[in-house]
Amino acid sequence: MEYHLALPLKDDVIKKFKVGDIIFLSGTIFTARDEAHHTMLHTEKIPFDPSNMGLYHCGPLMKKTNKGWDVISAGPTTSSRMEIFEEEFLKRFNVKIIIGKGGMGERTQKALEKYICVYTSYTGGAGALAADKIMNVKDVYWYDKLGMPEAVWIFEVKEYGPLVVAMDAHGNSIYKK
Amino acid sequence: MNFQDIESGIIELIRKAETELPKDVVKALEAAYKIEVGVAKTQIEAILENIKLAKESSRPMCQDTGIQTFFVEIGIDFPAIKKLKKIITEGVKKATKEIPLRPNTVDPFTQENHKDNTGFHVPYITWDFSEGSDVKIISFPKGGGSENMSKLGMLKPGVGIEGVKDFVIQEMIKAAGNPCPPTVVGVGIGGGADLSLKLGKKALLRPVGVRNKDKTIAEMEEELIKRINKSGIGPMGLGGKTTVLDVHIEKAHRHPASLPVGIAVQCWADRRAHMIIHSDGTWEVK
Repeated sequence: MEYHLALPLKDDVIKKFKVGDIIFLSGTIFTARDEAHHTMLHTEKIPFDPSNMGLYHCGPLMKKTNKGWDVISAGPTTSSRMEIFEEEFLKRFNVKIIIGKGGMGERTQKALEKYICVYTSYTGGAGALAADKIMNVKDVYWYDKLGMPEAVWIFEVKEYGPLVVAMDAHGNSIYKK
Repeated sequence: MNFQDIESGIIELIRKAETELPKDVVKALEAAYKIEVGVAKTQIEAILENIKLAKESSRPMCQDTGIQTFFVEIGIDFPAIKKLKKIITEGVKKATKEIPLRPNTVDPFTQENHKDNTGFHVPYITWDFSEGSDVKIISFPKGGGSENMSKLGMLKPGVGIEGVKDFVIQEMIKAAGNPCPPTVVGVGIGGGADLSLKLGKKALLRPVGVRNKDKTIAEMEEELIKRINKSGIGPMGLGGKTTVLDVHIEKAHRHPASLPVGIAVQCWADRRAHMIIHSDGTWEVK
């Protein structure tokens, strides 16, 4: 199946997704790599609401301009590095969709089922292509502390995809085939 | 000699590597596109589209612009050898702003980003010498995702070359979708621990599709390509026929007690660019 959807996504929509489905996503997403996961989990009050957004494993290449920030290249980073954080992260922040590459482990697979979330894969390294689907940079958090790749960037995306449903909310994984 | 001009040459060299994939890699990806179907085909399609877009807009094809890595061959009659390290380092700093590159150098103790792609031992430069007066520089920006899949095996000599093959195949299956397949795999066999890894990385400088001149090694390369691709890991680990675009092997003589095997992995963005600096300071990037 191919879906064209706008965030936020409800649980009953997430449950419909099956491994191999294709999604084109519009709405607000936030980037988080290792340091951002760690920082968010150790911060009492987060300055934005992650539950309405997609979680993007990404450390973008940005350029500062007079008007703000431009996205130069922004493909996904290796998701397996976030395995040590993701179960707790989903529990606390109630994220419904993850975008990454390479897949995740058993703990995340179980957490996807428990907290009703889906893991999708975008083509690794396709940074220029991905950047062109990001319409707007809404905000950035922890930039000074974490630096460009590790900061949390809030992006507005349009028809972002094709995202391949790689791990669904029913315990199935494309990587196990 | 105009050192400022050579420095702009270094920026052009890095720009070429970051924004334009070598023809041999593009050709291999196009061949993969033809044989793949379904999800695997969509991945290769996105990769090819991305390569085109990056080249046209002169933007880094991947947000991970890598650790700036250079292999330099100095003609011993080049008149300004002592300036080279500074020129390359300053070139990297300026390229970071101009191209731009993602600031990728982090202090492992303080986690502080140096913000200009330089730092302790970075840019990472391998120096070599040759006859003549030209300097040849290869820019080889190395991404973190594929570098994380590097492996060193200190095998027992008794397992022989068959054991080496099994080790490489097992490790590439374990790496699965993590290094952004289809990858190019460099394997260094022999030497010591560090030399085998270095040979593995140097093997990645060879164009995709070019076999080792040694017939036995060339046959082993072909066998490994077939066997790794049989795993079905496929582009991005989502399943398919193309897990590696190529396997390159180099050898060194080993200690009787050791059989080191160093594996270096390069993502599909097998970025390489070449520069020649002549003795009068003029340069070419290709």
